[in-house]
Amino acid sequence: MRTLRFLLQKEFRQIFRDPSIIRIIFMMPSIQLLILPWAADYEVKNIQLSVVDHDHSQYAQQLVNKITSSGYFRLQDYSGSYTNAMQKVEHDEADLVLEIPAGFEKKLVKENESTLFMAINAINGVKANLGGAYLRSIIQDYNREVRLKWIQLPRFSPELQIDVTSSNWFNPSMNYKYFMVPGILVVLVTMVGSFLASLNIVREKEIGTIEQINVTPVKKYHFILGKLIPFWILGLLILSIGLTIARVAYGILPAGSFSVIYIFAGVYLLAVLGLGLLLSTYTSNQQQAMLLSFFMMMVFILLSGLYTSIDSMPGWAKAITKINPVTYFIEVMRMVVLKGSSLKDISPQIFTLLGFAAVLNTWAVINYKKRS
Amino acid sequence: MKQFISFVKKEFHHIWRDKRTLFILLGMPIMQILIFGFALTNEVKNAQIAVLDQSNDPATQALRSEMEASRYFEIVQDLHSYNEIDPAFKKGKIKLAVIFPENFAADLDHFNTAQVQLVADASDPNVANTLTNYATAIIMDYQDRITNNRKLPYTIKSEMRMLYNPQLKGAYNFVPGVMAMVLMLVCTLMTAITIVREKELGTMEVMLVSPMQPLKIVVAKAVPYLLLSIVNITSILLLSVFVLEVPINGSLVLLIFESILYTLTCLAFGLFISTKTDSQQTAMFIALTGMFLPTIMLSGFMFPIENMPLPLRVISNIVPAKWFYYIVKEVMIKGLGLAAVWKETLILTGMLLFLLVLSIKSFKIRLA
Repeated sequence: MRTLRFLLQKEFRQIFRDPSIIRIIFMMPSIQLLILPWAADYEVKNIQLSVVDHDHSQYAQQLVNKITSSGYFRLQDYSGSYTNAMQKVEHDEADLVLEIPAGFEKKLVKENESTLFMAINAINGVKANLGGAYLRSIIQDYNREVRLKWIQLPRFSPELQIDVTSSNWFNPSMNYKYFMVPGILVVLVTMVGSFLASLNIVREKEIGTIEQINVTPVKKYHFILGKLIPFWILGLLILSIGLTIARVAYGILPAGSFSVIYIFAGVYLLAVLGLGLLLSTYTSNQQQAMLLSFFMMMVFILLSGLYTSIDSMPGWAKAITKINPVTYFIEVMRMVVLKGSSLKDISPQIFTLLGFAAVLNTWAVINYKKRS
Repeated sequence: MKQFISFVKKEFHHIWRDKRTLFILLGMPIMQILIFGFALTNEVKNAQIAVLDQSNDPATQALRSEMEASRYFEIVQDLHSYNEIDPAFKKGKIKLAVIFPENFAADLDHFNTAQVQLVADASDPNVANTLTNYATAIIMDYQDRITNNRKLPYTIKSEMRMLYNPQLKGAYNFVPGVMAMVLMLVCTLMTAITIVREKELGTMEVMLVSPMQPLKIVVAKAVPYLLLSIVNITSILLLSVFVLEVPINGSLVLLIFESILYTLTCLAFGLFISTKTDSQQTAMFIALTGMFLPTIMLSGFMFPIENMPLPLRVISNIVPAKWFYYIVKEVMIKGLGLAAVWKETLILTGMLLFLLVLSIKSFKIRLA
């Protein structure tokens, strides 16, 4: 026990003596939490529209007004010809070209039917698809207005009608930041846990100071505990900083209780630190450790449901998300912060992570050797 | 020159000997292309939903099976009362609940109108929005089918053309992005780390006292990574053409030239970091926060730049990846020539020169 205390003292001194580490631990999470949620907005809006109006009629004008006032589209300009507009698309100045043919209004009134032409830059398929759908529904809306002007509809609809009412629970203001901030917080805690811990150990290997520890009577588990405990505390510290920032900067107050978050984070950090430890036993210098943990982090983050929904992934990717600790923490964070889930609701996730922690740490301890 | 070549050879030995690192460096782009290509999609499908059917008549059953049949939904739970909705969401499984009131079909028959209620889990606003829209569309389709579909007067038709990517494949968007990301990673991170590593281990001193010019030492460090990057560019392009079926519409020579220009910019940035730091950990964190995150977040490949607040849009202009991403899209997908991208090429060249001058100026021959 005394040995452990001294080791912990050594570790904390080492960590807090290095000003760059301090900066990394405190600055990075703050900056990331303050900037990233603003950038991470998937919503399709601000579609640049270029209009080619050959008709110059009142209807054409009304239609364009209706489109631009919808909020999804931004009128870039009126182009003289289709070729001009296409050049705008080539230079990424416009995403969507709407061509209103000559005689649009006249044809609509006289021949009961008129056609609009649209061309959309589809390199980003999702944006093109949604943008096209928005535009189509706006045109349909406009169409209905035109019809109403010309036909008197009977007061009671003779047609069947199903009313659909929808409500959004847990985040009624549809604020995307409520969704992203808890997720980004998880990534930060994970980085500190796995990254810093594994680098710290490998550094001792690379510089050779691990030899000095190896020749002392320090026991294997002492050494490992001495490395794990400081980073476990650091991880929780970063979580607290993050939660404070979420509260102050974004007004996010967890709907559930803080104790649930901390209990889960404590278990989670055990698993992640085990992973960091395991990485350090398999690598011999910092460069390798960095690249390897970087590589794993990338796969873990991309396949964690942070940015894209897990339900849409193919089977093999879903299988990876199941063995990915990050998935569980992100899921739990969102459940507790947004929906107020209780400890009972998240108990399956806690047990899974306890399993991860046990397996990873045992594997790491077995693999850690006191001689090189 | 002979000295220089032997230094380059030394660096190659370093890389070659460290098989794990080499494996990751070459495997990373392949892995990324595969993950982005086959696992990640913004599209929402197979969402798990629950149904609370208080009516259980032919109409609700028909609607239910329509939803079941669509590729967007998967009905995983049947609820029996309103009280069960909240716990079902809190367990975290379902994303949407569809609620049919009592006497749904009867209302539809007698009063010509009936209600459906949709409750979405808006923790993810995007998914909530999309699912509500999909469900509404399915219900409307059903409604259209049971009413007579007669032709309405004064109809505006619309014809839509999808340019460049008619099948709306995700790959067209992310292949340029992955190229920007991987090249940045290999060049910036690796050059920064290798030089700082020599400092940290003390071998830099040995090299500085050798008759080799200090600047050449640094350039010799960069050469192997440039070659590695060319291998990576090749593997990304081969994968995207033959596995993801993304064509190279423009000139291959121009594309490779631009990639090398971008690679050099990244190398210069890595060099700059290495002159400013003296521990690998710091170098790595600067490379990560200064280069990698901005590349992912602000290059426009993951998140649309036009949605960001103004300060971020301004900052995005100093991210080299943004310009490279734009160039690759123009050349590779749209098939345009140098005439369309000369401005961006100039910007990248400017960044390269600026970073080079900066790092040469701050390169110290003496150790502290």
